[in-house]
Amino acid sequence: MLLIKCPWCGERDETEFSYGGEAAIKRPLKPKDLNDKDWADYLFMRKNTRGLFLEQWNHSVGCRQWFLVERNTVTYEIISTKRMNSDALNSEDSQ
Amino acid sequence: MKKYSAFSLFKNALTNNKNWQASWRDASPKSKYDAIIVGGGGHGLATAYYLAKNHGMKNIAVVEKGWIGGGNTARNTTIVRSNYLCKESSLLYEKSLKLWEGLSQDINFNVMFSQRGVYNLGHTLQDMRDIERRVSANQLNGIDAEVVNAQQIKEAIPLINTSATARYPILGASLQRRAGVARHDAIAWGYARAASELGVDIIQQCEVTGIRKNGSQVTGIETTRGYIESKKVGVVVAGHASVLADMAGIRLPLESHPLQAYVSEPLKPVLDTVIMSNAVHGYVSQSDKGELVIGAGIDSYIGYGQRGSFHTIEHCMQAIIALFPNFSRVRMLRQWGGIVDVSPDACPILSKTPVEGLYLNCGWGTGGFKATPGSGWTFAHTIANNQPHELNAPFSLDRFSTGALIDEHGAAAVAH
Ligand SMILES: Cc1cc2nc3c(=O)[nH]c(=O)nc-3n(C[C@H](O)[C@H](O)[C@H](O)COP(=O)(O)OP(=O)(O)OC[C@H]3O[C@@H](n4cnc5c(N)ncnc54)[C@H](O)[C@@H]3O)c2cc1C
Ligand SMILES: [Zn+2]
Repeated sequence: MLLIKCPWCGERDETEFSYGGEAAIKRPLKPKDLNDKDWADYLFMRKNTRGLFLEQWNHSVGCRQWFLVERNTVTYEIISTKRMNSDALNSEDSQ
Repeated sequence: MKKYSAFSLFKNALTNNKNWQASWRDASPKSKYDAIIVGGGGHGLATAYYLAKNHGMKNIAVVEKGWIGGGNTARNTTIVRSNYLCKESSLLYEKSLKLWEGLSQDINFNVMFSQRGVYNLGHTLQDMRDIERRVSANQLNGIDAEVVNAQQIKEAIPLINTSATARYPILGASLQRRAGVARHDAIAWGYARAASELGVDIIQQCEVTGIRKNGSQVTGIETTRGYIESKKVGVVVAGHASVLADMAGIRLPLESHPLQAYVSEPLKPVLDTVIMSNAVHGYVSQSDKGELVIGAGIDSYIGYGQRGSFHTIEHCMQAIIALFPNFSRVRMLRQWGGIVDVSPDACPILSKTPVEGLYLNCGWGTGGFKATPGSGWTFAHTIANNQPHELNAPFSLDRFSTGALIDEHGAAAVAH
């Protein structure tokens, strides 16, 4: 079981959280301009990274906040957790 | 190659079993092939076999990073059935089931396919309505299926708890009598041996690290044992599909999750069929060695570590004990995990790609063992003819942009 550090509540067991998958997926700003392929990309295509991965978790039976987790998907080691805000998400953009 | 038979067993016993030949050639890579299959699991080996057998292609290699059949093929709980709801999927799985029925003869290898039946339990009125609907759909598609009530279940499986006061009382089930289990390793070894016999090179300890293209045409693969040229490359790597697709610049709608399974200490025969339950979320059968073979759901997060969380194990055990209270005192022997490639509509991708000559076979998620023969059959057709077989045409990568998803999620009996 993972021990996850909620940025609001501290370290708790994995069973208190629910998983939200890949983080920083951008909702299209101009939906009308999108073709079917772009929509498929937004809705379905995922990085599914093997290695260091930025993902979102929800402290669903705790404070119910969404937050970001950087985790190694092979060793499952959690590198860091941080609050979900535009700074955190934009720094992902520049990578 | 010597044919396996009762006579060959007898003859080799006389010489202390010292004269058996190796089942397949452990080949080294040549510089060029007409087709390369990446991934030596059941699906990859079956693809190579049918490419050689049905399409007369001889210059083929299967390239495996570890040892053949060491991935999900060796790690699964071997349930084989075809009672899926949607027409597209039920026809594909039924093609597989038909191939399973003649497979041991066809490849001259005992795959121990045992048609002991599979029960999918219903615990609520809505479950029973869904079961009625699925059984009717199966029958319309020519697939054997029937609805049984709690009393019939109790008669067939005396140990199961059908008490009306159970937390999740059993109201009935769907039963597919032609469904069952098979031997996981045998499917890899049997296809490998049969393919090798037809000239296919099986190359182990050879990891693919890159896919080379010229424009939009695939030209070969980079591996830990050097560059290998080929204008046709079929990628059949289950949980690693996104990693390989990324090498060719293709994005996939997949997420790879850990899925665990468990076996108990061996018991005397107590269960001669397969039980699955969506509501309590677990399934169980008994192996020929007497172990209970148990599985349930995936771990929630993306994971390539071939192991999952303890609470997932606990959840699964609770489910099995709810169905079989007697099993509470059985000790568990081993537990392990595989990496399953889950797609948004719980259906596989068996498809051409935007890269000419590059083909994908993935997305089988938690339930592809049963499909091994049909997957190989249709994927070989796709590679040989550069166009899909009618059975796998609906399972294209395109369906995610056309919107023609095949919604088996929640519609199938349970994940496996
Ligand atoms: C615990 C568990 C229980 C399951 N239970 C059932 C069940 O009851 N019924 C059912 O129908 N299905 C079940 N499944 C699903 C089933 O096991 C899979 O869908 C199926 O076996 C996939 O077969 P495959 O040949 O595609 O994959 P695999 O057997 O995983 O083969 C893929 C191969 O690709 C190789 N590979 C990966 N990357 C590379 C690379 N870069 N270069 C070279 N080779 C590479 C891997 O080493 C591996 O050997 C279960 C799965 C698990 C994990
Ligand atoms: Zn919290």
